[in-house]
Amino acid sequence: MNFIVEMQGITKRFGVVEANQGIDFDLKPGEIHALLGENGAGKTTLMRILYGLYRADEGEIRVAGKPVVIHSPKDAIGLGIGMVTQHFTLVPPLSVVENVALGQEGAVTLDLDQMRQRVVDAAKRFGIEIKPDALVRHLSVGERQRVEILKSLYRNARVLILDEPTAVLVPQEVEALFQTLNKLRESGMALVFISHKLNEVMELCDRITVLRDGKKIGTVLRGETNEAELARMMVGRETFGVVRPAERRGGEVRLKLDKVNALDKKGLPALKNISLEVRAGEILGIAGISGNGQSELAQVLSGMLKPVSGTVWVDGKDMTGASPADFAAANIGRVPEDRHSGVVGDLSVAENLVLEHLEEFSRNGMMDYASVQKFAQKMIEDFQIKARPQDPIRTLSGGNMQKVLLARALAHKPRVLIVAHPTRGLDIGATDYVRSKLLEQREAGTAILMISEDLDEILALSDRIAVMYEGRIVGIVSGRRATPEVLGMMMSGALEVDYAEA
Amino acid sequence: MPRLKIERYPAPLWVRPLIPVISIVVTFLLTSLVVLALNKNPFEAFYYFLIAPLASQSSAIEVLVKSTPLLLTGAAVTFAFSAGYYNIGAEGQLLAGAVAAAGLGMVLQNVPPVLAIPIMIVGGFAAGMAYAAIPALLKTRLDVDEVVTTLLLNTVILFFISFLLNGVWRSPVSGWPQSPEIADSAIFPRLIPRTRLHLGFLLAWISIGAVWLVFRRTALGLRMRAVGLGKEAARFAGVKVEQTMLTAALISGGIAGLAGVSEVAGIHYHLIEAISNNFGYTGIIVAMLGALNPLGVSLAALFLGLLDTGAQTVSRAMGIPIYLGNIVQSALLLITLAALVLQNYRIRRE
Repeated sequence: MNFIVEMQGITKRFGVVEANQGIDFDLKPGEIHALLGENGAGKTTLMRILYGLYRADEGEIRVAGKPVVIHSPKDAIGLGIGMVTQHFTLVPPLSVVENVALGQEGAVTLDLDQMRQRVVDAAKRFGIEIKPDALVRHLSVGERQRVEILKSLYRNARVLILDEPTAVLVPQEVEALFQTLNKLRESGMALVFISHKLNEVMELCDRITVLRDGKKIGTVLRGETNEAELARMMVGRETFGVVRPAERRGGEVRLKLDKVNALDKKGLPALKNISLEVRAGEILGIAGISGNGQSELAQVLSGMLKPVSGTVWVDGKDMTGASPADFAAANIGRVPEDRHSGVVGDLSVAENLVLEHLEEFSRNGMMDYASVQKFAQKMIEDFQIKARPQDPIRTLSGGNMQKVLLARALAHKPRVLIVAHPTRGLDIGATDYVRSKLLEQREAGTAILMISEDLDEILALSDRIAVMYEGRIVGIVSGRRATPEVLGMMMSGALEVDYAEA
Repeated sequence: MPRLKIERYPAPLWVRPLIPVISIVVTFLLTSLVVLALNKNPFEAFYYFLIAPLASQSSAIEVLVKSTPLLLTGAAVTFAFSAGYYNIGAEGQLLAGAVAAAGLGMVLQNVPPVLAIPIMIVGGFAAGMAYAAIPALLKTRLDVDEVVTTLLLNTVILFFISFLLNGVWRSPVSGWPQSPEIADSAIFPRLIPRTRLHLGFLLAWISIGAVWLVFRRTALGLRMRAVGLGKEAARFAGVKVEQTMLTAALISGGIAGLAGVSEVAGIHYHLIEAISNNFGYTGIIVAMLGALNPLGVSLAALFLGLLDTGAQTVSRAMGIPIYLGNIVQSALLLITLAALVLQNYRIRRE
């Protein structure tokens, strides 16, 4: 078998960190080769070297048998290598055709009809469905990703690197993406699929290379492995995951929503007559495909968005339309859905930790930085945060940042806890840790409302599960009886369950 | 041919303190061209510019006098910018403080200095605050962009001063557009006899100290920094963003107002249209050069005070137009801003 790409002994250092240590990687035409590993394992670094974004410190790259030096993405494209990253490089106000052809016009004058025809032909040839004349800014994330892929193909890519392509997609779009990738494989292309999701890798890929801590652990054929083995290679141990102990009835109602309606940023209804109860000592999971009102629900419950009607009760007190400061004062712990916009990046870990309860760390307006320092040290120990109190929080990894936010929300033994996407983008170790902390709070009697897109997470942790679809709650089922199939149907609007059931 | 590549690579920490030094050296290299174009010797020019003013005690004290309003406006701008409120109106707020000082100074005849001077200070602070309140309220209540409103209001008050000086306040003695002299008891005492160094210099250092104290030691300061560095994250954590920003804007205006009081009561003893030599705008340069850090801001204000004095020395000694000072100042700002960006990159040969 001829390899289209061979990378040998690739080493890349960033300062003292060895992101890649002597990694071998190869790729054949007509295969999808997965690059599997936790966050920070070195997957993206390796592929950025292939795409010319980084230069390897050591090692050799051969394309179609010939040794090459790749200085820049331009060189990579010239060698038929394309890459689709999580951050798209499209121009939103331009049309799909214009985006695909951008930089490939080849002449001073533009023949728009001819350009359009060439793009449409290419799309047809590769079996990629696009709306040629739509403006990119009107497209969904899945559609934009298809345009990115087509852009690479239009530049005669024979090798296509996809960096965690499913991270930004909703489930149906993932299905569509996989169909596209299968077609490309049949046409003889070589695809690299970077992921940390075992099920996707097992469903799609032919060969799987596992990286851990910058080292290659091994390459296996899909037919000769299973999820458990891959997980072991990835983390160096069997994952047990964190699973909720036996179900039990919650205590008194701590959080209650009654017919809450709210509008999104564009002024369109985002929450429609939401009624919910969360009891002490239970986790209510909110499942749903993103964009069905979960963001707005999280905002209403953290004081960032005022409902237009309905009532929010916390501990029997009317908190409708209260400010974030009021929510903090009422001892409602909140973990935001986007952790990067939930922390002040240039403030220190310690300052971010105390920001919510400054009155406890100051007297007559003067800060007591000694007690801030002590508190931060304690939180760093309790929550195993890998950072020093004075580090700017933007220098932390996603997992450690999430632990800081969790520490801030939990430090005051909240009565009610609102968490949105608690483990999104975290590696397995950090995920387990965050989940075990949530269960610890449940044991301690906190009423927890957890919004998540990760069905496994919802099923593993929730006592009850409410499913949102188009701004409504289409049903509440008990965690014990819920199955992925039932939830999936509810999430796609195919099934409604009577409220009274749970 | 070797290929060059620009990549993101933040400079090591020990380089950071060198950045102002490098900026200053580059500035003088570039502005030397202007001096050469005038057929003068750049070394001689920069001797008169930078060294000569410090060579004698009297001119060294003059540097401190010149830096007084810059310390105040620099502190004012630092206050607002740190809280994410882009106050371009220190110039206008300074003028409001000067109007208040001139007005109060006139009516404080026969009031002892122990009372008169605090009244001047409080009055000027309040006037700067009041003038800053207009754009600050528009910003925090109606989300009107403060850069535009603060900038435009600078011109409005200048016309108001012109109206006063050509009308009710026109000097009865000379008929010039200048206000009547303020009462003797309202004049700031001299810190060093027989020099122009006055109480305002002390006031300026108190303001710089206040910036340090507020931002490094108080809860309000931490809230302001949080709002300045991440408005929505601060809001999420329960910081009252609008209220915090309003507070920062008002204090900023008040400190700028003090600069006006200091110029009227310490230097001129009356109000003229040209009371501010663009001190409000130069304050922005001071704050940026000083990286919004109290120590940096004070060094920047002293340095720009030196440039101001030096421009006069060099013009007297060598016949170079005094505007060389402005050229050096502007070039320094642009080069420093460029250096702050460029320190994050390196050029490497492939």
